[in-house]
Amino acid sequence: MTINHVPHFQEELDQLKSRLLEMGGLAEDRVRSSVRALVDRDNGLVEGVLAGDTPINQLHIEIDGRCVRLLALHQPMAVDLRAILSAVKINTDLERVGDLAINIAEAALRYLAHPPVKQLIDIPRMAEIAQGMLRDALDAFVRRDTLLAQQVLDADDTLDSLKTQVFRELLTYMLQDPHTIEPSLDLILVSRHLERIGDHATNIAEDVIFMVSARDVRHKGQ
Amino acid sequence: MSTLEAALQARPEPPAAAPVGQTCKVRVRGLNFYYGAKRALEDIAIDIPANLVTAFIGPSGCGKSTFLRTLNRMNDIIPGTRVEGEIRIDDRDIYAGGIDVVALRRRVGMVFQKSNPFPKSIFENIAYGIRINGMARSRADLQERVEESLKQAAIWDEVKDRLHESALALSGGQQQRLCIARALAVKPDVLLMDEPASALDPIATQRIEELIYQLKSKYTIVIVTHNMQQAARVSDLTAFFWLGRLVEAGPTDRIFTNPGQTLTEDYVTGRFG
Repeated sequence: MTINHVPHFQEELDQLKSRLLEMGGLAEDRVRSSVRALVDRDNGLVEGVLAGDTPINQLHIEIDGRCVRLLALHQPMAVDLRAILSAVKINTDLERVGDLAINIAEAALRYLAHPPVKQLIDIPRMAEIAQGMLRDALDAFVRRDTLLAQQVLDADDTLDSLKTQVFRELLTYMLQDPHTIEPSLDLILVSRHLERIGDHATNIAEDVIFMVSARDVRHKGQ
Repeated sequence: MSTLEAALQARPEPPAAAPVGQTCKVRVRGLNFYYGAKRALEDIAIDIPANLVTAFIGPSGCGKSTFLRTLNRMNDIIPGTRVEGEIRIDDRDIYAGGIDVVALRRRVGMVFQKSNPFPKSIFENIAYGIRINGMARSRADLQERVEESLKQAAIWDEVKDRLHESALALSGGQQQRLCIARALAVKPDVLLMDEPASALDPIATQRIEELIYQLKSKYTIVIVTHNMQQAARVSDLTAFFWLGRLVEAGPTDRIFTNPGQTLTEDYVTGRFG
């Protein structure tokens, strides 16, 4: 037997990161499914999203437990301390993304009870951007890549503009035909949820920058 | 009676249960220990599981080192001491008549706070125990066992080219790992460590801690430390001693995140001691 020169703390930290990635993958997958269910008018897929929240919730609790354990038992310092603090926050963001996927699926369920208001173009675009931001934020976390994290922050503006555009467009539909009010409100909610997912990806990217370079870039635009 | 004593007497904690699937290696029940008329340990009961690291923590004079030394009868050599109660290792009472204390100490090895290599060569430090216990069949076998022990103690790479130099020329951290290798050479089951890193710098301490972590798959390790953070980092189970009594024992992560006793919480948060 020879001694392993990687301290076992590092091994546990690596496990923590891989569990976070697993959670990120699940969250992203659920966002994709809920939006696809809406666009493809697939009630079965909606039900699947609504029923499948348990794995994310379990990971949420498990990851927090790992963080508490690492903090209590190893008293990490400097970059290790920042990594665990970031993990706690990223964990919360990912769990919220999972919840937002549920919210999208619930809106989809209501929307599918009506005839389509219009062909959906901007909402799938928003979903694509939000998922991309989430994926990039997690990639940045793994690769400790602050440039990629910065790109995620920059992408958020596009998502915000699209949300405003969706709202304006649907407003015209609602003014023209009161029958479209109910389904249009659900589409507006979906766009709002997707925009919130982008905000969570932004939070993750900010945490990555803090973890890697100890710079706090939050609320800099205000 | 102080508030602390009242708190202590209010709720005696049951002994640490060996985690599921883990065999109990050392079973202690009703242990009292006396230095002359002074009772240094009071009614200790604990199960120490095999192949895990159990840490004893507590303020100076709480009895943790005394208790550690009862586990291989190291206190026997102190005049005027007396033991009551039962300590069973592999279900055998180590204080029963007819127990060979030398054989017991071979099975229950010990590493001390201050490294204490023999003033001999590195090789001879390890070979000595193997030889006097008649464990080597040949010269080649002896060399193999020395090498294996040094590898297990994670010091082989640093000493392999100077095995015949004096052990006293090694650094403090290396000397301590050499002492661990010396303890491992006679194939113990249990390894007792009394403040094994307290005289070392942070890097050497980290190497010892990693070594402890690696060794637990093969040995039952009991470590006494007044460094709580060290107990948190290296151990699976932690037992907190106070005024000669075992206040609480349980999984280390629970003791350091949600202890069952106020007294333990006060100690691990640095509010006393």
